[in-house]
Amino acid sequence: MFQNIGEMVLLFWRTLLALPQTWRQRQKVFDQFFEIGNASLLMVCVLSFFIGGVLALQTGPVLVERGLAGAVGGLVGISMAKELAPVMMAILIAGRIGSAMAAEIGSMRVYQEIDALRTMNINPIHYLVLPRVVAIALALPMLVVFAILVGWLGGALVSIANERIVVSFGAFFGNLREVVDAADVANGVFKSFCFALIVGVVSCHQGLVTIGGPRGIGRSVTKAVVNSIVLIVIFDYVLTSILLR
Amino acid sequence: MNAPQLTPHAVGLQVRGLRKRFGAHEVLRGVELEINPGEVFVLMGPSGSGKSVLLRHLIGLEKPDDGEIRINGEPLDSDGIMSRYRMAMVFQSGALLNSLTVGENIGLYLSEHRLKPPAEIARIVAEKLEVVGLKGIERKMPNELSGGMKKRAAIARALVIDPQLILYDEPTSELDPLSAVVIGEEILKLKERVHVTSLVVSHDRDLAFGVADRMAVINEGRIVAIGTPEEIKARPDPIIQRFLQADFKPNHRNHP
Repeated sequence: MFQNIGEMVLLFWRTLLALPQTWRQRQKVFDQFFEIGNASLLMVCVLSFFIGGVLALQTGPVLVERGLAGAVGGLVGISMAKELAPVMMAILIAGRIGSAMAAEIGSMRVYQEIDALRTMNINPIHYLVLPRVVAIALALPMLVVFAILVGWLGGALVSIANERIVVSFGAFFGNLREVVDAADVANGVFKSFCFALIVGVVSCHQGLVTIGGPRGIGRSVTKAVVNSIVLIVIFDYVLTSILLR
Repeated sequence: MNAPQLTPHAVGLQVRGLRKRFGAHEVLRGVELEINPGEVFVLMGPSGSGKSVLLRHLIGLEKPDDGEIRINGEPLDSDGIMSRYRMAMVFQSGALLNSLTVGENIGLYLSEHRLKPPAEIARIVAEKLEVVGLKGIERKMPNELSGGMKKRAAIARALVIDPQLILYDEPTSELDPLSAVVIGEEILKLKERVHVTSLVVSHDRDLAFGVADRMAVINEGRIVAIGTPEEIKARPDPIIQRFLQADFKPNHRNHP
């Protein structure tokens, strides 16, 4: 485990050192960015709409019973912005994109494509890791902004439609504007940027260390997703502790 | 076999006391080898004898536990050696990048290192594909090619580097006999046209004796014989003779 952590830190450091190569690899960054957006946008919308909705559904009646109906918007708004959108979208991206990254790089490793790159003096970190990490670090925060907005909309629609809550659209967003400010959204976006780096580095690392045939690729994909999710949850706690100070 | 006319860029390779261990298993046990500039050198041996591991050391994909490899007398691990000498490897599977077209694969070295403009790269790719008899397949994806075509495309990719040394890892494995002959002919044609130093790792005896200027036999991580094909055939060593004479002799009496 410690060897894995050390290798991931080293890969992250080497990727940082390779950042000046980003412009040269811009086409690959764009391709990966498009792939991530294209593969995830619909899922992000569906997931965040229902997360916002269920949040309103769970908290709304309790708040109404205590005469706090007006607080539903703020509660849904701040929960989505600071916690649920970044964490849930990062988990979604780990499953949807991180697994694909680990599988693609793992299969390239198993079928000697990475060795072929090395024999051509092409650095696999520049060619494979950098574009993926940069693309996911750009895409996930954007998806999270989108998820926050859709989640708020989901919460608002449930609050209006549910007979046990019945808060108007204006009241919902009025309270949301009072409670949530730009810093809260920035907080969530920053967290998602950190989670994106985790998913990118963990998934690329698992791909690069793949050994064996198809079974090895399957094992790497599973490890990439599980390790990413565990690290996302741990770093969520650490980042929240720091950002709350 | 006549020695090819040497060009200034053909390189020689020297291997001294090379050792490599994976866990408890010592794969290479003090390999000693010298390959002359411009020759086709074949390394033969049974499966698991350490041929491919030795090849991976020669192109810098593995680090030896002990011993040294020199190219034209310069240690392989010296700074900038990969930039000074152009070496290419044709992998057993071809190792074409499946996400790229054949043309993009072949031009990858030039495009990634920005050595030529795109139009020039396209011209070079077409030229190299013609050299290996695959004219006009630039737009195909690797999964649309047969095993033999993939290997020839991999040779074309190696040629783009204008290599001084080409390493072939089992170039005829998984190929039918006709495709294997085509690959063997390609290796000989390249020797004549490009005058490159070639190291072919194979357990295909027909290919080995068909293309080799000199050859070596490796067994359990050690070179057990080295010489011209005729010298190797004449060696009385039972390991070599068993390997060279192994043949399938079905015993029908056991299968009524």
